[in-house]
Amino acid sequence: MLAEFLQYLISGVTVGAIYGLVGIGFSIIYNSSQVINFTQGEFVMIGGMATVSLISAGVPMPLAMLGAVALATIVGVALEKFCIEPSRNAPVVTLIIITIGASIFLRGTAEVLWDRNFHSLVPISGDNPIDIAGAKLLPQSIWIVGSLMVIVCGLWLFFNRTLLGKAMLATSYNRLAAQLVGIEVRNILLLSFVLSSTLGAVAGILIAPISMTYSTVGVMLGLKGFSAAIVGGLGNPMGAILGGLIVGIAEAMTAGYISSAYKDAVAFIIILAVLFFMPNGLFGRKVVEKV
Amino acid sequence: MGGDLNLGAIHMLKLLTKCAAIVAVGALGFTGALVSQAKADEPIKIGTFLSVTGGASFLGDPELKTMQMFIEDLNANGGLLGRKVELIHYDSKTSSEEAGTFVKRLIFQDKVDIIVGGSTTGNTMAVIKQIQKNEIPFISLAGAGVIIDPVKKWVFKTPHTDKVAVAKIFKDMKSRNLSKIGILSGNGGFGKSCQKNARALAGSAGIEILADETHGKGDTDMTPQITSIKSTAGVQAFLYCGFGAPTSIVAKNFKQLGLTIPHYQTHGSASMRFIKGADGAAEGIRIPAAALLVVDQLADDHPQKAVASAYKAAYESRYNDSISTFGGHAYDGLLIATQAIERAGSTDKETVRAEIEKTNNLVGVDGIFTMSPNDHLGLNEGSFVMVVVKDGGWKLSQ
Repeated sequence: MLAEFLQYLISGVTVGAIYGLVGIGFSIIYNSSQVINFTQGEFVMIGGMATVSLISAGVPMPLAMLGAVALATIVGVALEKFCIEPSRNAPVVTLIIITIGASIFLRGTAEVLWDRNFHSLVPISGDNPIDIAGAKLLPQSIWIVGSLMVIVCGLWLFFNRTLLGKAMLATSYNRLAAQLVGIEVRNILLLSFVLSSTLGAVAGILIAPISMTYSTVGVMLGLKGFSAAIVGGLGNPMGAILGGLIVGIAEAMTAGYISSAYKDAVAFIIILAVLFFMPNGLFGRKVVEKV
Repeated sequence: MGGDLNLGAIHMLKLLTKCAAIVAVGALGFTGALVSQAKADEPIKIGTFLSVTGGASFLGDPELKTMQMFIEDLNANGGLLGRKVELIHYDSKTSSEEAGTFVKRLIFQDKVDIIVGGSTTGNTMAVIKQIQKNEIPFISLAGAGVIIDPVKKWVFKTPHTDKVAVAKIFKDMKSRNLSKIGILSGNGGFGKSCQKNARALAGSAGIEILADETHGKGDTDMTPQITSIKSTAGVQAFLYCGFGAPTSIVAKNFKQLGLTIPHYQTHGSASMRFIKGADGAAEGIRIPAAALLVVDQLADDHPQKAVASAYKAAYESRYNDSISTFGGHAYDGLLIATQAIERAGSTDKETVRAEIEKTNNLVGVDGIFTMSPNDHLGLNEGSFVMVVVKDGGWKLSQ
């Protein structure tokens, strides 16, 4: 009994951590621009696919990972510079549609540039599972959760201890006021794309040994990451992590104890319930409309 | 005065219309004559829509490459009925809506003579209504049995059905004294159909399904489902119904959880991608597959050896890529289509359809096809061999 419960928990936490990592990306960009960036899933895909293609080209694994993250970041910057910034005066809905278009474009490019097959990545430290009271834990899961913790700490320090991070927070609270005290709001938006694309690529590399990577891997992960961000409260990066874990664990427990057929349904019921009772998500700020 | 002028104008207009009508009718007749005369020099048009991109691109990609190779070779050898053959292709992007649009375009705009395509069950099922209504021969390249069961007049297919695969797997299980099993299925068209057939066939095959789990599209981790199967008392063997990336994920999860019971998958896993993706976790997994997969290990007198090894050699030398059985489905589709047109001596749709139905003892890559009005697939479980993953490759199992 305990072994099964632990196994479901391990699965839920691993998958949930990835949902959370993707969700943070949604939150950071939302904060600085009110835009839901639907290319977030494609950053995940670029992270995995670029690593695979670099490794097959003979690049050592650590360098390949760095290269893939760099590529995703460049794509993120390009997206902001050439798609979002030129149309910054357009309504938010238009910008969201632009990101959807960009995500389709990126998927297509990946299929042409790389290929349409699924690939696996060698786990960072082997694939011999560790036995915990009968449940099997993959070393890769430890990497995923560990990286998530490091990232969470790093983000916390960045947002609370650095001037730049505080400027980002200030921009998310009140764009105009931030501009008036001398914050270059445009750079903040660019920075948010850099952070999100980097985090997305990291998530993509970490999950690839478990979930495989392919040109459309970002579609479902993007959707689940978006759910995580919604549950946690859009705009709250830490909330996204918690939201991801809630969705991931709920999925795993449902699949294990009730029926795998209801797995996705339960995740979405949680989202609906959260939105119904707490429209701003678990940790979302209250939006006060000033008249 | 004004009234007269008006009347005159109307009269002129009427005359003009009449004139135009006569000219139009004449022109139509003339072009009609031209068209029928040009027909003999026109290429035979084979239409196709494949999932070259999107979720099932690992099917569409080798299928398109195979078809292009097949048509080029055919034309190099003088074409068909003395006419060139033209392949008209659209990428359905694995979307059922797009598949529907492209089939409409193939029928009405490109006016193709026959359609060979449809990489996934979902894409195929989405176009069957149009095919039936517009009466055009159609050979599908998708897996599930629902496509030809019940029989539809204009619809044929080449890949073994999930039903045949499940029957073969159950037979193999019985021969190894395994009768209590747990199954996990994907929730796509193929996974669902396979699950349904497994449930239906279990009773008569003497198999008992103790655990019956599913997973969603794009799922990244199936350990909860497999754990639940693992903890079901009495399960002697495991069967996974599905295709694509989940096949490798399931193999990895299975190994992670330390399960040692026999592990079966379907012909949906019959690709090197599955073995490579699973990173060693696929060792020992048994699947029913077309002989093509282990063509080098076949006895020399095996009836399919010549056809399969010729296809393998041609494909691999041309594309520098390892073969999958998916490309083989496309090869057989075109083989059946072109031979039927050859026998029909024309591209008349009803004659070609009847000739496809009369396909008899045609040795293809997937097996030996013998179709009939009640059987639009023409393969039985004899066309499958059991293979097992060994040392990162396929090994023929006895």
